Amino acid sequence: MHAGSIWTLLDHVPDPEIPVISIVELGIVRDVTEGAVVLTPTYTGCPATFAIESAVRTALDKAGFNDIAITRQIDPPWTTDWISETGREKLRAYGIAPPPHSNNLRGTTTPACPQCGSSHTEELSRFGSTPCKALWRCLDCAEPFDHFKCH
Amino acid sequence: MGADRKDIARYAISLGDDSLILGQRLGEWCGHAPTLEIDLFLANIALDLIGQATLLLDYAGTLEGEGRDGDKLAFHRDVLDFTNCLLVEQPNGDFGRTIARQFLFSNFQLLLFQALSNSTDATIAGIARKAAKEVAYHARVASEWMVRLGDGTEESAQRVAEGLDWSWRFVDELFEAPDAKLIEAGVAVDPASFRPAFDAAIDAVLRDACLARPADRRATVGGRRGHHSEHLGHLLSQMQFLQRTYPDARW
Repeated sequence: MHAGSIWTLLDHVPDPEIPVISIVELGIVRDVTEGAVVLTPTYTGCPATFAIESAVRTALDKAGFNDIAITRQIDPPWTTDWISETGREKLRAYGIAPPPHSNNLRGTTTPACPQCGSSHTEELSRFGSTPCKALWRCLDCAEPFDHFKCH
Repeated sequence: MGADRKDIARYAISLGDDSLILGQRLGEWCGHAPTLEIDLFLANIALDLIGQATLLLDYAGTLEGEGRDGDKLAFHRDVLDFTNCLLVEQPNGDFGRTIARQFLFSNFQLLLFQALSNSTDATIAGIARKAAKEVAYHARVASEWMVRLGDGTEESAQRVAEGLDWSWRFVDELFEAPDAKLIEAGVAVDPASFRPAFDAAIDAVLRDACLARPADRRATVGGRRGHHSEHLGHLLSQMQFLQRTYPDARW
């Protein structure tokens, strides 16, 4: 059993859409068990799911874990609350406003601009470049930015 | 009691077909929508729906145990074997009709998946819990657009009213009860149980949108038994083109 080293390994597998954070930071590694890595998709139709599974397969094989399977678990459904604090900070530094915590939705639905920190922002499009993001704009520094939606 | 794997598979196929066919329809808007925002949201909803279809049809294939997976079920069946409701196969029409169809279907599907979150079938319950989160979003965006169009210009109001009127005859079919055995076993839900909640949700949005609820008329039904409008055949001929031309294609 090498759960510890597998977790470390997975923490170096980047999310294909947002390569600045790892799949562990994104909260989609559900478990590492005796014989399997358990992954959960963000959205049911997320096209990155297959890319992620193949990246995990490659990483496992390279480290000699050829006998560790990859299984998918959809329930309980993934939530943005599972994105780690480190992950949130990395998103912000990358220019993506991180999602609010779901227990703190009231009053904080307006994300701060990841560039200048202003909360004077507006939504441009509810759906953005990927299913998990919306497109926003800062009214102070005028930069458009992605907002990771609370899900 | 008495519900076997084949019955559950049939139910999962009808749920999956609804999502698949509407996902395919919405995909037709890709690159054609009037603004980037609309293009993105229609494509994103389509993606969610096709994701749901994949989960549901894969599960149905597993239950059947005849070697069919989601792809096989999606691409190697013909019109009569599809059991989606008629609403989802209707042509997109203009943007007003597309929005009216989405508004009705997403509000229905949200209540359905919320109810199915307590299904005694653990896989269906899990898929429903996952999908309900996504569909809540679809219902919200479609409702917002109903208000924007209905309470917009004279032309937008007229077009969305026409779209709503066109779609209305297909609403009753959504509430047809599935196989009684499945309801009894707690696998499926009888949608009649949430019809009042559906009507209340629809009426509230229509009020905000300054739109009248269309008059009830004779319902058009048959999709759940494979009796479809001519539109589904055309949709499938496009969706299944590659598999029909190269039946054993792999990539």
